[in-house]
Amino acid sequence: MYEFSVWLIVVNLLKAAEWTVILSLIAFVSGGAVGLILLFARTSHVPWLEGVTKVYIEFFQGTPLLMQLFLFFFGVALFGLEVSPWLAAWLALTFWTSAFLTEIWRGCVESLPKGQWEASSSLAMSYIEQMRYVILPQALRIAIPPTVGFSVQVIKGTALASIIGFVEVTKAGTMLNNATFRPFLVYSLVAAIYFCLCYPLSWYAKKLERRLNVAR
Amino acid sequence: MSLVSIRDLKKSYGPLDVLKGVSIEVAKGDVVAIIGRSGSGKSTLLRCINGLEDYQSGAIIADGIEVGSFKTNLRELRKHVGMVFQQFNLFPHLTAAGNVMLAPTVVNGASKAEAGALADEMLAKVGLSDKNDSYPSQLSGGQQQRVAIARALAMRPKVLLCDEITSALDPELVNEVLRVVEQLAKEGMTLILVTHEMRFARDVGTKLVFMHYGRVHEEGPPKQLFAAPKTPEFTQFISSIG
Amino acid sequence: MIYKLQFDSLLPYWTVLLQGLLFTIILTTVSTAAGIAVGTAGASARVFGPRWLGRIVVGYVEIIRNTPFIVQLFFIYFGLPAAGIKLSESVAAFLAMVINLGAYSTEIIRAGIEAVPKGHLEAGSSLAMSRVEVLRYIVLRQAFAKVWPALSSQIIIVMLGSSVVSQISAQDLTYAANFIQSRNFRAFEVYLVAALIYLSLAIAVRALLRAIGHRFVSVR
Repeated sequence: MYEFSVWLIVVNLLKAAEWTVILSLIAFVSGGAVGLILLFARTSHVPWLEGVTKVYIEFFQGTPLLMQLFLFFFGVALFGLEVSPWLAAWLALTFWTSAFLTEIWRGCVESLPKGQWEASSSLAMSYIEQMRYVILPQALRIAIPPTVGFSVQVIKGTALASIIGFVEVTKAGTMLNNATFRPFLVYSLVAAIYFCLCYPLSWYAKKLERRLNVAR
Repeated sequence: MSLVSIRDLKKSYGPLDVLKGVSIEVAKGDVVAIIGRSGSGKSTLLRCINGLEDYQSGAIIADGIEVGSFKTNLRELRKHVGMVFQQFNLFPHLTAAGNVMLAPTVVNGASKAEAGALADEMLAKVGLSDKNDSYPSQLSGGQQQRVAIARALAMRPKVLLCDEITSALDPELVNEVLRVVEQLAKEGMTLILVTHEMRFARDVGTKLVFMHYGRVHEEGPPKQLFAAPKTPEFTQFISSIG
Repeated sequence: MIYKLQFDSLLPYWTVLLQGLLFTIILTTVSTAAGIAVGTAGASARVFGPRWLGRIVVGYVEIIRNTPFIVQLFFIYFGLPAAGIKLSESVAAFLAMVINLGAYSTEIIRAGIEAVPKGHLEAGSSLAMSRVEVLRYIVLRQAFAKVWPALSSQIIIVMLGSSVVSQISAQDLTYAANFIQSRNFRAFEVYLVAALIYLSLAIAVRALLRAIGHRFVSVR
């Protein structure tokens, strides 16, 4: 009986973990897409555009992710739309991710020598052309390690989606704990699942960073 | 009709006046060497001509295009005025040919084939035909600078600005770059160079401009100026460079 | 159909918000102090201590950094009682935050220590300073100066992350917001105000940490 119930817990957690992975992936991709658009806005040298972007970044970086989840969960309902925990979680994580990724990428863009901007503008290239052909290709190389590193934060962020009712591995853990009264076991397993998801990415990010530093 | 006309140019960085009323006329085919101490405003002047720096008062007209007003079309200007930098600023993720081909393809809409042929022509001109597929990291300083020159030439500018293009090079590599510039001068390219290479300025330059603390102190044919300096600052400058 | 935002429905509850804010501030302050202390100890152990201790520290750091804070919190509050250790919400919240910040600051401070040139340690010991004195007066001083910005960022991240402690009923700002919106049914307005309070707090703390950095931490 003892063995059976541990196994049951593990299986249920793993099934819920699928949702952790799916939400993480989708939020990371959509967050990255929004982040890229914001990057162009942030480095455009158009004052109002940069200003709006800065406010956006300040808000999503300076408020708790939990608050953002609540705001999207209750805010979407204000527009008369059907709000599911999935939708609210995806929206909140997308905007939250975009704010952090755009800042990471901006750092990479700004770490490039000014001479690259001067040379390309002296060749009559427009801002978009400069970004596309000269700046971003170089910034991309530098951006990969911290971007991979941030994916770990996204995975951990999905855990908060449990609070607005999205059933991923943390929520499953809470439900299983309520059913089995074995919190030590349940939460250890939940932690272990996150560790298995996150640690390889953390390790890979560190490896990429080391390789990049050697190459310089 | 001057190709480049600078009239009473004044520029300041906040409280610091960098250019205090500079006027220079550059005719087609001129090779203008701008010399002076560091801080005399030489590089700033050069960068004003292609719009990398703005200025507060005066006028610059380059190849008929007014530079510095808010209606200046910088993209159009920079098709006529090219620049080569002290730090080369090659694009490290592109080969030598890639560097040369990029702007003609993207800005002028040249096809890959046309741009490729252009790159071959320009790299041959600077003596680097065999380095088309090399990356900047695989080239010496002198070779990188020559690629930078080829890259600027690929846009077929009317005027080429050279901002201390040999200052960052090891001494033994300086000549290969100067020889390329000398060849360009012989072919009639209009050049404006900020340089510390006095021998080059004297032998290849058609006009020497000596700047001191944001002003033009001397201007004229190089050999004449070196032989008979008119101002004490220039005299001091000549003696300090030995 | 534009929903009319009614912020005045919050007014009768401003004391509740204030109490929650106070709790958050105190929790963050105390956890930060303890967390940095843990981080200093961990980083020193990792760099200067015996190999086996270093490995334990690495294990601790990697587990904390690769699991979500909420799971750590639940483990401490719900899991430990099963092993005989029962904690109040506030203590559990405090402990979870210290352990969390401790792991991140161990990494951050370690990077700072390793950036101190070896020559400084040699200079210190050739001046007859003991290893602890070298650590304390030379190495840590410089390490902190170097990583203060990174440490400040992490403190803010942990402060914002503290909103999660509301889930174990610790009475922080988020708990206050939850309480209020369940009474006045104006969830969006309440959470927006709470979010903006957190934002103001983050901005204030950032400024404070920068000032502390200039005054106490910077090396000229």
